[in-house]
Amino acid sequence: MSLELSSKSHRELLSSSYLERVESWGMSIYAASYVYRPSCITDLKNIFKLAKETGRSVALRGAGCSYGDASLNSENITLDLTRFNRILDWDPYSGIIAVEPGVTLEQLWKKVIGDGWWPPVVSGTMYVTMGGAVGMNYHGKNNFKLGPIGEHVLEFDILLPTGETITCTRKNETDLFYSAIGGFGMLGCFTRIVLQMHPVETGQVEVTAFATDSFQHIYEEFEQRAEAADYLVGWIDCFAAGSQLGRGQVHAARYLSAHEVYLPEQTLRIENQDLPDTLFGIVPKSIMWRFMKLAANPLGMRIINSSKYALGRTIGNNKTMNQSLTGFSFLLDYMPGWKRVYSPGGLIQYQSFIPNENAVKCFEQQLMICQKRGIVPWLGVFKKHRKDDFLMSHAVDGYSLALDFPVNDSNREQLKSLTDELNSLVIQSHGRFYFAKDCTLTKDIAAKFLGEKTLRCFARLKKKCDPQNILQTDLSRRLFGDWTQFADDLTGSRI
Amino acid sequence: MSKWRFAIVIGASSGIGEALARQLSSQGCKVALVARRTDKLNVIADELGSAAKDRPLVFEHDVLNTADVPGLFEKICKDLGGLDLFIFSTGVMPVLPDDMYDTASDLNVIETNVAGAVAWINEAADRFQKTRFGTIVGIGSVAGDRGRRGMPVYGASKAFLETYLEAIRNRTARYGVKVVTVKPGPVDTPMTQGIGRPLPMLISANDAAATILRATENDGVVYVPWQWKPIMWIIRHIPSFVMKRINI
Repeated sequence: MSLELSSKSHRELLSSSYLERVESWGMSIYAASYVYRPSCITDLKNIFKLAKETGRSVALRGAGCSYGDASLNSENITLDLTRFNRILDWDPYSGIIAVEPGVTLEQLWKKVIGDGWWPPVVSGTMYVTMGGAVGMNYHGKNNFKLGPIGEHVLEFDILLPTGETITCTRKNETDLFYSAIGGFGMLGCFTRIVLQMHPVETGQVEVTAFATDSFQHIYEEFEQRAEAADYLVGWIDCFAAGSQLGRGQVHAARYLSAHEVYLPEQTLRIENQDLPDTLFGIVPKSIMWRFMKLAANPLGMRIINSSKYALGRTIGNNKTMNQSLTGFSFLLDYMPGWKRVYSPGGLIQYQSFIPNENAVKCFEQQLMICQKRGIVPWLGVFKKHRKDDFLMSHAVDGYSLALDFPVNDSNREQLKSLTDELNSLVIQSHGRFYFAKDCTLTKDIAAKFLGEKTLRCFARLKKKCDPQNILQTDLSRRLFGDWTQFADDLTGSRI
Repeated sequence: MSKWRFAIVIGASSGIGEALARQLSSQGCKVALVARRTDKLNVIADELGSAAKDRPLVFEHDVLNTADVPGLFEKICKDLGGLDLFIFSTGVMPVLPDDMYDTASDLNVIETNVAGAVAWINEAADRFQKTRFGTIVGIGSVAGDRGRRGMPVYGASKAFLETYLEAIRNRTARYGVKVVTVKPGPVDTPMTQGIGRPLPMLISANDAAATILRATENDGVVYVPWQWKPIMWIIRHIPSFVMKRINI
């Protein structure tokens, strides 16, 4: 349906017909917003026009996989871009693909794998859109090796709220290139993204799992294995305290070459990659979250975490196996609907990125603070990162720890004060944060981790690309308010 | 801290509406005050704004102007930045001598207590049904529980509100919306002060507001104070031939 703005009045367009509940992926935050799902550039422009004429702001939203309020826009307009889902061009010889922003990671890998390519950076779920991925500059379990997705973007077209479309590459419109990637949808809407895929000889990785008994231990293992591994991810049992603090398990993976696999071409077929929808070939996975819900309490989670560690330390220790790329990559999709274990209150994920020298100490302190306050994360994930050149980067030469906290009516206040304390600790440790996960930062903390110079630089571009401040989200208002507060007296740019 | 972030109070210039607005604001909720008398609203907003994080927003509106409601509702939601709680606390109760019939006055009661309520609550219900969250509070009265000799149209308007809110509750519950029907007994407000005689179990507007806010944890019907529940149960069960002969 075309919106036909010319034939519909503002009253009709801002009526309850378009009003929807828009939820964070973690389900703990939601907002009411006027949601439009255009399918052509003309209507995209029409929405910007509607916003200007009615004094409303516009948030860009893909699959809504940000954990927090990064794609929420209370009482304003949400542009759902999922219908811009065409793959525009694919060259199997060079591995270069051009996509619209609503193309999902699932569409992407399914398109390229048959030709021996794989997306260089993937998230834990394949349902994200590439517009969201690039807007947030997402990372994966190989951030230490291949950087964030932005490093594999060759070119993009961005539609500014002014109506102008600009083509950006590393050489052309450099400032905008390095700022719109990771610019959390504040500068414009990607309409075409050109990505370089990563060559693979097979559709499998060799995964080695082993247990670690502290943050120091897991840190040393990561440092040691970073050279040889293509992917590294750690799981932390957040309930373990005292001498067991930071115990967990590492999964190290490397791409398998053709000579290491029987019938390598077969492994590149989609049907040999798809995640099975049953457990043991019988139990539908879609019902599993209902059973997991029985353990959705601190005691249940303590038992699950301890059991997982005990298994990882004994029969699962130093086990090596071959796994499909999807099976290894998309862990979040392995158990469909698992986040409903956290319903009705939902969850937040608290992820902080800490430089090498402070990482072990900071993460130890983080867990101790959580345990002392009696709000222990049900899941902890440990990853290695490297710095990148993007203006609003979340990465450091160091490590991140992502903590999943359940949210309910009775712990909201305590969770807020806990995360306030964690935020101060991260700032003291010279750490950084990631907008796709965030829902706890304040203006003050955001300004501290990004730095005044970066903010001024971004504000200058914001003024240039979006002079009327049309592009906003609940997150942008929470962290930055009005961009004009960042004095525009900086000459030259950071990049 | 209030669990409510954004609230609209229609009829916030006095009485229970004012008390609710004051308590919500002091608990950290951003409130939109709506009434005819903006001078009164501004005084309340200034007073609350000095202590609260956000100064309440003030909107002039006469519930008789039902055509203005959709546009104003949309504007208030935008200015507030969201909406969790909608309270309709406007009502008139003209004090007439017993046995007097005054059609003009009665029609005004219907316009305000019935048409005004429908115009606003329909908007709120439509919105909450789409957004799948929100709570609607309507201030009814124990007077709606039985057709009594005094003030027939006022009582009937409150009975209308109860049935209407029940229907809205049954319609929107499946979307996660809560609807609370409040049935206060006499509350010390300008409305009851007009009666000019002592009223039984009179409570302050503040106490009533505190009870009402506690009741928003759940939905359904709440008597304020709770003692009215058994009393009204008895009154509802008085046989008609007795009701005809007594003066309550």
